[in-house]
Amino acid sequence: MYAQLVKSEGVKSRDEMSPEEIAFQERIDRGEKIEPKEWMPEGYRKTLIRQIGQHAHSEIVGQLPEGNWITRAPTLERKAILLAKVQDEAGHGLYLYSAAETLGVSRDELLERLHSGKMKYSSIFNYPTLTWADIGAVGWLVDGAAIMNQVPLQRTSYGPYSRAMIRICKEESFHQRQGYDIMMKMCAGTPEQKAMAQDALNRFWYPALMMFGPSDKDSVHSAQSMAWKIKMNTNDELRQKFVDQTVPQAEYLGLTIPDENLKWNEEKGGYDFSEPDWSEFFAVIAGNGPCNAERLGARVKAWEDGAWFREGLMAHAEKARSRRIAAE
Amino acid sequence: MPSLPDVMTPEIEKLAAAQAGQGASAPQDQTRDALFEWLLRTGDNALILGHRVSEWCGHAPALEEDIALANQALDLIGQCQLWLGLAGEVEGRGRSADNLAYLRDAGAFRNLLLVERPNGDFGHTLMRQFLFDAFHIELLDAAAASPDARIAEIAAKAKKEVAYHLERSADLVIRLGDGTAESHDRMQKALDALWSYTGEMFHDDAHDRALAEAGVIALPSSLRAAWDRTVGQVMAEATLRLPGDVWQHGLTGAGGGKRGVHSEHLGYILAEMQFLQRAYPGATW
Ligand SMILES: [Fe+2]
Ligand SMILES: [Fe+2]
Ligand SMILES: [Fe+2]
Repeated sequence: MYAQLVKSEGVKSRDEMSPEEIAFQERIDRGEKIEPKEWMPEGYRKTLIRQIGQHAHSEIVGQLPEGNWITRAPTLERKAILLAKVQDEAGHGLYLYSAAETLGVSRDELLERLHSGKMKYSSIFNYPTLTWADIGAVGWLVDGAAIMNQVPLQRTSYGPYSRAMIRICKEESFHQRQGYDIMMKMCAGTPEQKAMAQDALNRFWYPALMMFGPSDKDSVHSAQSMAWKIKMNTNDELRQKFVDQTVPQAEYLGLTIPDENLKWNEEKGGYDFSEPDWSEFFAVIAGNGPCNAERLGARVKAWEDGAWFREGLMAHAEKARSRRIAAE
Repeated sequence: MPSLPDVMTPEIEKLAAAQAGQGASAPQDQTRDALFEWLLRTGDNALILGHRVSEWCGHAPALEEDIALANQALDLIGQCQLWLGLAGEVEGRGRSADNLAYLRDAGAFRNLLLVERPNGDFGHTLMRQFLFDAFHIELLDAAAASPDARIAEIAAKAKKEVAYHLERSADLVIRLGDGTAESHDRMQKALDALWSYTGEMFHDDAHDRALAEAGVIALPSSLRAAWDRTVGQVMAEATLRLPGDVWQHGLTGAGGGKRGVHSEHLGYILAEMQFLQRAYPGATW
């Protein structure tokens, strides 16, 4: 997902836990929310910082592929909708950085870790948006996959994270509907528009499936996070739900999911489908996706070019403060 | 090679006149034509500045700025939809706001040269915004008092948004002007570079005079004193030096964005903005 590969420790058994840890786990099991000033295991804090940080970074890097089409949006209304969407994503970044700050890490520190490559953002944003249909596909599939993950996270154990998710989910479902609306227009449009829509689905389908992270059998870090209710479902559960939800939506559009193995499995009550190419996923995570250099480069440039601006504002605040003191 | 006869000139003049909506017109049509022009000018300013501001999306120096700029672009695009929508109505040839935005060539655009200036550094963008906001608020304030209810209504709505734009841009110009030596220097350079595009805002032409005489819209020159006051106050607080009497673009000869004679930059803005509508004519999106 937006936090696809979050490292955490292996799950602790009850015998290995200190009395504090046992009490903490019992609170979580009772469904209580953990608040910033309360005691928490160091591992819980660290894992949350990584996860919320990755999620925040994904929101702000996620502005870029969609921002890529703002100046070329085909109508004034579409332009306004896309601007509002990208603005929302920046807002999501802001809530999430604030949630992370309650755990004792500053936004600037997290950004430094992003810029130096120590922290990641979702692999999906390293794919290019080549046509207007890609803006539809991103809303439909990428925001759709994000919702799939974030709706259960509204119940996550950490209070500030849970509250951020509640605010964010409302807006994400708007985004998904707007994306699907673009796809509907394209599919009901000229043959070229329909072809553009199919092409967008072809390119975004597997990267969207990758958003849920590697298969559970390869994901060693899940168990502790699930015990802590930082992670609410396994990667494979969410991916299956996403496929089951998306296939009928594609059919309604008259588009073909680019998977020859896709078929309904009566027994499990869900679709069988092909796994994405995980070697591609790990290559993208390692920095070798089609747009990694541009995306991270754009963020680093924005930060570095903006240094004088941030310093100017701080210097002014300092001057204003000393003038106030002098006047008193 | 024979010398080329000048046969094209009257033809081009006719075309230009038709484009500007001022073909040989009866006196009662004059106000309507002038109003159409004014609506294009006002709508195009919002559209082109909105476009420029939106270019920052995801690239601003702080997350709060990304959000504020996207919001500002959104306001401006919304205003442009209203102004150009009304322009199409007044023109009466069935053109929608989208038609006007996406299917006119550069020569038919009526925005000020100032708003099509490239973004430059963030200080340059902020200074352009401030100089325009300080004018925009006066323009809308006057337009909100227009006896034409359609104009007054749009202006009243836009005024609220622009009051906030101005508050923000003025505040940032002050803080950066009176910030570090570098931020001061950058803001002064931006002010010096943009100053010669401010005169066009207050330049009255025949259309402006026709509207003022009909009592529909105040003369641009009448907005100058208030703008001078705002700019003077903000620059003093920002410790920035006003450039004074320098050459002003767009006032002489054929020149000026208000008359459809733009800088080279507008062509590229439109090439980008209009790409899909031009590449797939007649498609709906
Ligand atoms: Fe998102
Ligand atoms: Fe988001
Ligand atoms: Fe979103």
